[in-house]
Amino acid sequence: MPKRKKIYGLLAEFRNPADLYHACEKVRDAGYAAWDAYTPFPVHGLEQAMGLRRSVVPWIVAIMGFSGAGLGFLMQWWMSAVDYPLIISAKPYNSYPAFVPVTFELGILLGSFGAVFGMFALNRLPQLYHSLFNSDRFAKVTDDGFFIAIEARDPNYDPARTRALLEEAGAVAVEEVED
Amino acid sequence: MSAHGKHVEDLTHEQTHLPKNSGWRKVPAIGAVLAVAGIGGAFAMKGGQEQQFYFSYVTSLLFWLAIALGGYFFTLVQHASRAGWSIVVRRLAENVMVTLPVLGILALPIFLGIHDLFHWSHEEVVAEDPMLSWKQPYLNTGDFITRGVVYITVWTVVAVLFYGWSLRQDRASDPAPLAHKMRGFAPLGLVLFGLSVTFAAIDWVMSLDPHWFSTIFGVYYFAGIVVSIHAFLAIVVVLLQRAGALRGVVTQEHYHDIGKMMFAFSVFWAYIAYSQYMLYWYASIPEETYWFAYRGHGDWLVLSLLLVFGRFAIPFVLFMSRRWKRRASSLVFWAVWMLVGQYLDMYWLVQPVLAHEHGSDQIHFGLFDVLTFVGIGGAFLAAFGWALGRAPLVPMRDPRLEESLNFENF
Repeated sequence: MPKRKKIYGLLAEFRNPADLYHACEKVRDAGYAAWDAYTPFPVHGLEQAMGLRRSVVPWIVAIMGFSGAGLGFLMQWWMSAVDYPLIISAKPYNSYPAFVPVTFELGILLGSFGAVFGMFALNRLPQLYHSLFNSDRFAKVTDDGFFIAIEARDPNYDPARTRALLEEAGAVAVEEVED
Repeated sequence: MSAHGKHVEDLTHEQTHLPKNSGWRKVPAIGAVLAVAGIGGAFAMKGGQEQQFYFSYVTSLLFWLAIALGGYFFTLVQHASRAGWSIVVRRLAENVMVTLPVLGILALPIFLGIHDLFHWSHEEVVAEDPMLSWKQPYLNTGDFITRGVVYITVWTVVAVLFYGWSLRQDRASDPAPLAHKMRGFAPLGLVLFGLSVTFAAIDWVMSLDPHWFSTIFGVYYFAGIVVSIHAFLAIVVVLLQRAGALRGVVTQEHYHDIGKMMFAFSVFWAYIAYSQYMLYWYASIPEETYWFAYRGHGDWLVLSLLLVFGRFAIPFVLFMSRRWKRRASSLVFWAVWMLVGQYLDMYWLVQPVLAHEHGSDQIHFGLFDVLTFVGIGGAFLAAFGWALGRAPLVPMRDPRLEESLNFENF
């Protein structure tokens, strides 16, 4: 007997960004937490419609940026004033005006690493498998498809009621996706 | 949401014109009174303290001139780059630009005070100074005045032409030919801008200390110009919206872009300032380093550090925030911050020369600084307020106005 398939959740398609936007507001107001919207291009204000919290990426960037600048300065100070002191054009060993560019650049470098890799980590990327690709319809998401997927692990999830909510919100098609 | 498009024909008179009974209508009169009181008062009191008067005058002039030249730069850059986002604030920049004839006249006292301001204008000093003698083919009274008149003429002519074309476009049956004309002449205007600003900065500021030279000096003043105009636009837009105009026309998307430019050019300023400092520090040649040396002692050291942290480090860390650029109150806070930084910077460029000449390392911020600031500022605001009241606040017939109304950041 084949193993009973596990369900990832419900995938609903919407006709255009405006319909998707208002559907997101309804899903948000219904109190769902484990769900996401998928679009081929950025839709303005969608984060408000979805009720997303502010991203923590800026804090990661700040911590990484300050660490980068601090370490950059420390490295130069240690190299030129401690480990291998050389007199260069009669300047003091700890010639901080000369350290500015590297300090700044390392601050920027680690800050941007924080932004890119922090974003990757928060989005759980790279991901080699995602259940939504079990749906043929979902391929449209890179072209002209606007989707909402509500996951079965959400405590509010109920196959019938969730489907009704999505259909009422204006979905043109709702389907169950395997995990 | 992008689905609700805004249309030019839906704009109301209220949105696009200065309100009838708003305080803005009184700005020309108030500005004129301040101009007469400030400049007149300073002139009347200058007896015996001519030098301090002229140094204060140049400081204040540079501050307000940077905003006005910023209007010139902003307007022409938008034309040259065919920018869409900025059309809703371009008329405001044009109104700033058209103050240039007034500031040009207010620059004339530099020629009156030439002997109080500039060492090199004294023949007997030059004769005994090999370096100044060598520079005499450039730094001499006759050529200095001729060049000054050329800068002022260029600014006046370009400002009046572009302002006039833009107003004519408001009433034109077909706006396209004038749009093309402005776009066509903008690059030429920008070249003239680059040359005139660079030479004016060298003549009027750098030659205050005629032994010193820096090839990056013009760009340094330019960085302040671009910061100033965006800061000024931010403040004016928010105040106009408080008064009831431009609501729904200028949105937080435009705030965001103005904020981004302000942020970018404060970083650009730091880059230029550091490049200038770094090269002199590294080479350590006395005839180059002394300019920084006397700015690195006593009160001037405090001011120098204030510029490093206040004009660069603090805004770099805090004003990077997207939220603070998009909210009116925080945008205005940082705009005021930037303008304060610009004033301190102009003060730092000009006034140490005078103190150094008298062997002092102290800052004496005095009545002349206040009076000239208020006076020149009053004249600037009077001209600006007059321009605000006499035409719509946005270029109504610009082909890209609709694009600008619906502009959104990604």
